[in-house]
Order: sequence, then C-alpha cells, then structure tokens
Amino acid sequence: MTEFKSVVCPICGCLCDDLEITVENNEIVKMKNGCAVCEAKMVYGYKSEERILKPMIRKDGKLVPVTMDEAIHKAAQILVDAKYPLLYGWSSSTNEAQRIGVELAEELGSTLDNCASICHGPSVMATQEIGIPTATLGQIRHRADLIVYWACNPWTSHPRHVERYTAFTEGRFEKSEWKNYMLKLKGETGKKKIEAASKRLGQYSPPPRPQVCMVDAPPKSIQKMGRKMIVVDVRKTKTAEAADYFLQVEPNKDYEIFSALRCLVNDQELDIDKVGGVPVDYLKDVADAMINCEFGAIFFGLGLTQSLGRFRNIEVAIALTRDLNRRTKFVISPMRGHFNVTGANIVFAWQTGYPYAIDFSQGYPQYNPGEFTINDLLRRGDNDATLVISSDPGAHFPKSSMQNMMKHPLITINPDMNAISRLGDVVFPAQWCGIEYSGTAYRMDSVPIPLKKVVEPPPGILNDQELLERILNEVRAIKAQKTEVQTKVKGEVRSAAKTVKKTAKRTKRKVA
Amino acid sequence: MVEKKLRATLITGRTIDQGVGKELGKGSQEYFDNVAVCFLDKADMIKLGLKPKMNIRVTSKFGSVVVKVKKFPRGANPGIVFMPCGLWANMVCGDETYSMGMPLYKGFAVEVEPAPNDVVLGLDELMKKEYGR
Ligand code: SF4
Repeated sequence: MTEFKSVVCPICGCLCDDLEITVENNEIVKMKNGCAVCEAKMVYGYKSEERILKPMIRKDGKLVPVTMDEAIHKAAQILVDAKYPLLYGWSSSTNEAQRIGVELAEELGSTLDNCASICHGPSVMATQEIGIPTATLGQIRHRADLIVYWACNPWTSHPRHVERYTAFTEGRFEKSEWKNYMLKLKGETGKKKIEAASKRLGQYSPPPRPQVCMVDAPPKSIQKMGRKMIVVDVRKTKTAEAADYFLQVEPNKDYEIFSALRCLVNDQELDIDKVGGVPVDYLKDVADAMINCEFGAIFFGLGLTQSLGRFRNIEVAIALTRDLNRRTKFVISPMRGHFNVTGANIVFAWQTGYPYAIDFSQGYPQYNPGEFTINDLLRRGDNDATLVISSDPGAHFPKSSMQNMMKHPLITINPDMNAISRLGDVVFPAQWCGIEYSGTAYRMDSVPIPLKKVVEPPPGILNDQELLERILNEVRAIKAQKTEVQTKVKGEVRSAAKTVKKTAKRTKRKVA
Repeated sequence: MVEKKLRATLITGRTIDQGVGKELGKGSQEYFDNVAVCFLDKADMIKLGLKPKMNIRVTSKFGSVVVKVKKFPRGANPGIVFMPCGLWANMVCGDETYSMGMPLYKGFAVEVEPAPNDVVLGLDELMKKEYGR
C-alpha cells in the first residue's frame, strides 16, 4: 500500500493540490479531500469498463482492435491525405503534449483550436481588447472581503472553489464564513421543520408563490466588515443559496446590469426604475458594497460567455472592474472549466502568438475567432478530417456541428469510450493525465502546477505526448515518401519530355 | 387549465450530478439519469400537467429531443427551463456563433410539451439516430 500526499486533481480549473491518495496493487482505493466529481473519477471512473485498452479502426461500420503501428499509420495517412485537417481538444492534456500538437498542426498546415472555443474564448477576446486586472487565487484567498460570482455556479462546476479560494476559506487577513453559513443553514432547516410540523397540524398556509422572477432587496450583511458573497445569476443555484445576497437577473440582460453598475460606481444617476428585471435601488446597494469593500473579486462563468453579447459582456465586466479600481481594489477572473484549458491557451500563445482559433494553411499562424474556431469551420464544412484529443465534442457540440464532423474521417485520442470515441474512425487509447503520467497544467488563474503520476498505466498504452510524437513522425515519413515519389515522377516526366523533344528535333532535321 | 405547450427560455449548464456521471463514464446509468433531463419550474409543470420523471419533448428551431422532466430544486424560475450540458441538450442547441466561435447554448427560445408516448433514447441510440454510428 502506498500513500501519496499533495496530489493534484486533474478535473476542473481549480486544480486542487491537496488530495491524499492510497494505492493498493496499482489501483487507487481511497481518496481524501477531493469533491464528489473528483472521487467519481479518481476512485471509480478512471478504471471503469469504458476504458479503451487497444487502438481501434472502423472497418465495415464496426470498431475493430488493431496494433498501435497500424493505427498510427492510418491516422497519419488520413491527416496527410486531407486538404484542410482540424486538430481540436487539448484541455485535458499536459502542456508538453499541447506543444507537440502545435508542431503537428504546423506540419500539416491545419487549423488548431481548443475547448476555449466553446467556453471562455469570448473572455480571451475581451482580454485582448481591454486587458484584465486580475490576481492569483492565493491573493484572493488571503485578502478578498467581497466575492461576486457572476453567471456561474461553482458549487457544481468547481465544487471546491468557494471552500479553497474564496468565502469559506481561512485567509491570512480574512476569516472564513463557513460557520456563519452553517448557522444560516441550521436556521433555515429549523424553519422548514416547523413549517412541515405546522402543516401536519393543519395550522400552516403556505405563502403565495411568486409568478414572476422575484428579486429580493439586498440584506444589510452585504455592507458588513469581513467576508461577504454576492451571486448574480438567472436562476437560484446552490451557490446562490450560500451567498449573502442573490441577485436574480433576466436571461441575456447581464450587459445592461454591468452598464448600470458602471454608471452608479461613477456617481451617475439612472433615470429608470429597473434594469434587467432588477430595481435600480437594489443595484445602488450592490454598487455601494463594491465601492466600500477592501478587496473585491468578480468570478464569472459561461453564463456571460454563452449569453447574448458574448465577449462584449466580459468587456463591460472588465470595464466595471477597472472603474472600481479608482475607488478600491478590485480584480476579475474567469472560472475556467477543464483543468488545463488555460494551459492550452498559454502554450498555443507562446508557440504561435495566438491562444486559440489558429490556422496554419498559409504556412504561418493566423488568428481569427469566428473563422478558424471549430464550430464555424464545421458549420461551413471547410475541414475534411478531424483529430480530437482529450476532450469530448461528441457530448458537447450542437447536433449540426457533429453531423458535419461525421462527414469526414475522425481520429480520437481519449482514455475512455466517451461520446466522441464511440464515433471515431481511428480510436486511440491514452493514459489518464495526472493519474498515470505526470506533466504540467495551468490553474484557472494561470499558475502552472505539476501533475503527479500515482499508478502505472495498462500495458501498451501511450500518453498523449508519446502518441502525438509518433503520429508526427509518421506524418513526416509519409510526406517525405510522397515528396520522394513526386520528385521521382517529376524527374521521369522531365526526362521523358526531354527524350520526346530530342526525337522530334532529330526527325525535323532528317526531314529537312 | 392544463396547457399543451410552454414557450420558455432554455439555459444549459453544469450540475454536480452531471459532473459525477461524466466522470463515471458517458455510457453509465448515472450519466443517462442525470443528463437526459430538463428542469422546469413547479408552476410551469402544473400548467403542463406534468409530474417529475414524466417524458417531455423540448423543441427549438434547431431540433427536438425527448427527456425526463425534473423540478428546479430551488427558487422560482417560471419561463426558464434548464438542461444539463450533454448529448441530449445538444439536440436543441444551435451552431450559430454570431462570428465569435461560440455556439448557442444559453438563452434561446424553446417549446416544452408532454410526450407520454415518446421514449427517452439512450446515448448510443441517440447517436445512432442523429450521427449514424
Ligand atoms: S474542485 Fe475541481 S480540482 Fe478540486 S477536487 Fe473538485 S474537481 Fe478536482
């Protein structure tokens, strides 16, 4: 039995690095400190029956196991034969593998895109437009006294974010709000019990149900000293329940609310009563809480990047943060989803100059979200082969995008039979990154964290980096062979042409 | 009075059960049970005469899918329906990106109606039907 301490969880952008893992007979048998999602993967999921143990190629509509060499050759041949292949995924891979991916894209003259395309791509675009005043999670943990979660629900998507980095963590200068939350929870449970008992005794008449989205007035607690949490969202989530104040807004109205807050923070008057379904008086209280805090942090999620306005929503959120910095200290940070999607942006940017939506078809990198982003390419039907690595567009892309992807050969590299692997023409198995091999990943605040290896992979399975290197070498070999054949053919054609010319000349002379 | 159809705004997103299900495996029962669903407000469910776990059809201008109905666990969200991100939600999401790379995942119009005679297809069946594999 081996015990590993400070293991990093390779699931979400929090990259929690305090897991304690017990390994017995090369199997994880116990995990401490992780959340429910982490336990599902680290203790059960990684060794599930869905694990791919052999490379497979689709023959007569069925996936059949083949040797690694055969699969690598087939994949390389598909990529070389394609006029405009597309390489996509990368968010659950190491930076080392992502680097090889860039080399492969350059060699193929393909497009290269990562999962930011369907999550925080708009945040990247907004940051390029306006910059971003941000901080590491460590700084926020120790210093932030006002936390705003906007259009995100960390309780479900980043389950330990609140506990490790914001309101419920014991910082050096700010105390945890966990105890107060527990008291609030106890109070509410007690209230519910009394209501249920009164109901049984026939003494209870429930309050009338609100028929429209009701926004409560902000409580006094958002102006208090010490930590407080505000959640802004279109629906009441578990995170909203734990917050001091939940501001329920109408869908697609975030831009208006940010703009209204900017006016209020800049001491301008608003001559309307409501913005995005929220009374302006309530927004005034929120603006006051923002101005009066010592160190505020806004975390925003896909509710902003995927709603109408896309990157303009983020731009105005950053502009609000900039305005707030004239009055107090404020930072803003995206809640990055997959554990190394930030790494994919960073590696691509340092290798090519651009974070995603990159095209190599001209021999040099070009960047244009909306043109070289995967869903746009699929929508237009531009690409003629796809390689998907460490991600699952099969489960996360709109139906029509997937239908277009399926018109051309599909190569997949994933450890388990997820939706995209089920659809592949060449299906590679891979090692679980951060469980079966080590490497580097970037946390959501762009801090690089080394991942650990805790168990040995099943025999014969390569990691992403090794696999990509072998595909790249095979691509180069096929291309070299092709060039050799082409040169030979060209040479033969040239000498044949010469002979024809000579014969013609000779015949001409003879005739003359 | 029981209404036939509800016009609503669809939001897709993560739930903790979807997260656990996906880590256990996309083919797992947990994934199916927690992702092939749509959350409705209690008032909207009453309007449509629905009880939890009944089958409903969600239709947008991009497609249609049958899933199980669930009640929003908290808050009042009339007019809003929520689907965990996954294969079933993809059937109604659009590939329109407004030239920004991001497809339509949140905040668009859908119609919800009871579908007592339709079945909720599993992962493999739905992929076979829509993607041919
Ligand atoms: S919060 Fe994220 S990184 Fe932390 S344990 Fe849970 S899934 Fe892993």
